[in-house]
Amino acid sequence: MTPELGQIALILALLLAFAQSILPIVGAWKNNSAMMAVARPAAFGQGFFVVMAFVLLVWAFLHFDFSVQYVADNSNLALPWYYRITAVWGAHEGSMLLWIFILNVWTLALALFSRQLPEVFVARVLGVLGIISVGFLAFILFTSDPFGRLLPMPPDGGDLNPVLQDPGMTFHPPVIYMGYVGFSVAFAFSIAALLGGELEQAWVRWARPWTNIAWAFLTCGIVAGSWWAYAELGWGGWWFWDPVENASFMPWLVGTALIHAQAVTEKRGSLRAWTILLSIFAFSLSLLGTFLVRSGVLTSVHSFASDPRRGLFILCFLIFVVGGSLLLYALRAPKVAGGKPFAVVSRESAILVGNLMFTVAAAMVLLGTLFPLIGDALNLGKISVGPPYFGLLFPLLMLPIVLLLPFGPYLRWGKGDPQILKGVMLRALLAAVACAIVAAFFVDGKLKAIAGVGAAVWVTVGVLLYVTKRWREMPRGRRYPAEMAGMLFAHFGVAIFLIGVLLSESLSATSDVRMAPGETQHIGGYDFRFDGVRETQGPNWRADQGTVTVTRGGKPVAVMHPQKRTYTREQIQTESAIDAGVFRDLYVALGEPMDKQHIDGAWALRLYHKPFIRWLWLGGLFMMLGGFVSACDRRFRVRRLANADAPEPVGAVVLSETRA
Amino acid sequence: MNPTRKRRLIVVLLVVVAAAIAVGLGVFALQQNMNYLFTPSQVQTGEASSHKTFRLGGMVKAGSIQRSKSSLLVTFTVVDADGAMPVEYTGILPDLFRDNQSVIATGHMDSAHFVATEVLAKHDETYMPKELKDAMAKAHKDRPIPEGSDAGGSP
Repeated sequence: MTPELGQIALILALLLAFAQSILPIVGAWKNNSAMMAVARPAAFGQGFFVVMAFVLLVWAFLHFDFSVQYVADNSNLALPWYYRITAVWGAHEGSMLLWIFILNVWTLALALFSRQLPEVFVARVLGVLGIISVGFLAFILFTSDPFGRLLPMPPDGGDLNPVLQDPGMTFHPPVIYMGYVGFSVAFAFSIAALLGGELEQAWVRWARPWTNIAWAFLTCGIVAGSWWAYAELGWGGWWFWDPVENASFMPWLVGTALIHAQAVTEKRGSLRAWTILLSIFAFSLSLLGTFLVRSGVLTSVHSFASDPRRGLFILCFLIFVVGGSLLLYALRAPKVAGGKPFAVVSRESAILVGNLMFTVAAAMVLLGTLFPLIGDALNLGKISVGPPYFGLLFPLLMLPIVLLLPFGPYLRWGKGDPQILKGVMLRALLAAVACAIVAAFFVDGKLKAIAGVGAAVWVTVGVLLYVTKRWREMPRGRRYPAEMAGMLFAHFGVAIFLIGVLLSESLSATSDVRMAPGETQHIGGYDFRFDGVRETQGPNWRADQGTVTVTRGGKPVAVMHPQKRTYTREQIQTESAIDAGVFRDLYVALGEPMDKQHIDGAWALRLYHKPFIRWLWLGGLFMMLGGFVSACDRRFRVRRLANADAPEPVGAVVLSETRA
Repeated sequence: MNPTRKRRLIVVLLVVVAAAIAVGLGVFALQQNMNYLFTPSQVQTGEASSHKTFRLGGMVKAGSIQRSKSSLLVTFTVVDADGAMPVEYTGILPDLFRDNQSVIATGHMDSAHFVATEVLAKHDETYMPKELKDAMAKAHKDRPIPEGSDAGGSP
């Protein structure tokens, strides 16, 4: 009975989504406040039914309801309860349900926290979110029903993809969807502004905290995904330029450009059309991401499910959303270049250069990701684009951003003072060069590592100089408003990230070796002794578990237990063992038994010493923190309607002056 | 020329130059890193001869996997319906690498055998990567695509 209830809930949600999309938008057009007033109740109703459907699917998993096809395919009696919950989004149908669930979380949050905004505007925003809801609910109901029955009911189910049976998986998909779907709010704000022909840019201020939060979630999701790939895929890499990683990275790049462009538009009124365009792109790329991951058009580790009909649906939806919004943009985009003028040396210019780099990088990633499809369509043969393509172009595009980063806060809006910039540049450069020279002695002259230290110091000094300047010049309590603190956190995160990437890339020591029990390998100053392999048993797997004892100069460091697991359906999964540390990770993965007869018990082992690898995720977390902190700024809290409509509230003027 | 126009012209020129550099670099990087997929029979007919690095796709011939006694060197034969190609690889093979498994190896030709730098295997043994299926279908239009176990003959 419960699966049918879930189905009915989804159908009701679809009907309410129709109401939420059509009535308020028409009402806003006709200036009919009764129709506009439908938006909130419809959103609450839709939210209620979607949450109900989601909870019912979780219920079905927890109660082993194998009469539901999706449950039978993705769980079994031996699967622990926490993986039965994560199995809800372990395959296509459930992850679409998660998508719509999170869209409703955002819609509900918006409906609750938008009481101070003009009614017409809220009606349009909720209406646009409703349209997106309609698309995804229809997609679920017509092509990928998670509640479909399987009769007769099997006594036991299949298994959750073993790659997904990892603590990281409880976390990664919901968070990354929070980010993906969160851009729909920024998108809805922009479309609402276009529909209403907003002349003032007040709406950008309302959109900013939402965009920042979505961006922070996406950052967190990408960090979690990268960490998961590192820990779970057994290759010890943290980024593969895999199509699906790219799918989450493109919205991030455009989203990063967007949060900066929004700041310009809100404070100065310039780049208005560009901001709108970026929010359309960010959301379109999120949709494209869903399409790439879930249609299985690209061969990738993530495409667990593939069905061309679904791909076609999402493609049509994508064309509708992207085409429709771009058409609207072409018709309604602010015709006159508004806003205050700015000089070549100004904060606007710096942000513009950064924006350009981020968008070009996103386009570059898009080209590389879709090229196999293009090649296929043009009959060029079966092509894949190797990671070196991205690895060469991406750092080149990010270089100007890293170089500009220390100056950002120092540049005034409108027109910057070259003298101050010169001072900052001199000090940051001196510190960077000095640290790079010192570092050169520690890293055997590896250029990449030296560049990493130099770049990180360059950015850090810029941030620190600004922090001390504010400390000295501003009275207490006014020194670091949340918006600025967030910016400083995120920029500092870039420095940590640079250390993590460049140092771990250049200093890592890897060795794939054949080892018999008792043999020792010397890697990165550590001795790895292989002590053989024993059988072990888990709730739904059995495994060969190796023991590797690591010592340094005779002192014990760690005893590690990498596993080669075999799950119930004979799927094999490598579980690497990681000894984590602030300055280095030790990483051991089991390859395969080298002699099938088990005479000497030798195995192929993958041993890594990875210095500073944690820093790259730490840097990502700092960026995430920056996004959340910025969103908390008091300025973004919408006051009474009368104030919200004022072109620029007093607080903002004071802030932009004091900040200069 | 008045100063405004001059400044605009400079900006436009800079943008054009930057765009040209970006496009040039992009095309260069793309050309360097495009890997084509070929089946053993296509390689044998010389279709891959113009490519230094390419991907070789097919089935692992049953019983062809030979491990070295002292190192991680492994040799195996990748086959399709009417071609076979010996492959040499040093390193750890993916979890699902086994007889009759469809694999894609990236690498280059060294005289008569293929030296792989990366080997990928697909997760399900009845499942063949779509692009590999297409490539194999293209290589033998008149023949059905070999399925799983009959690819390399009986062990």
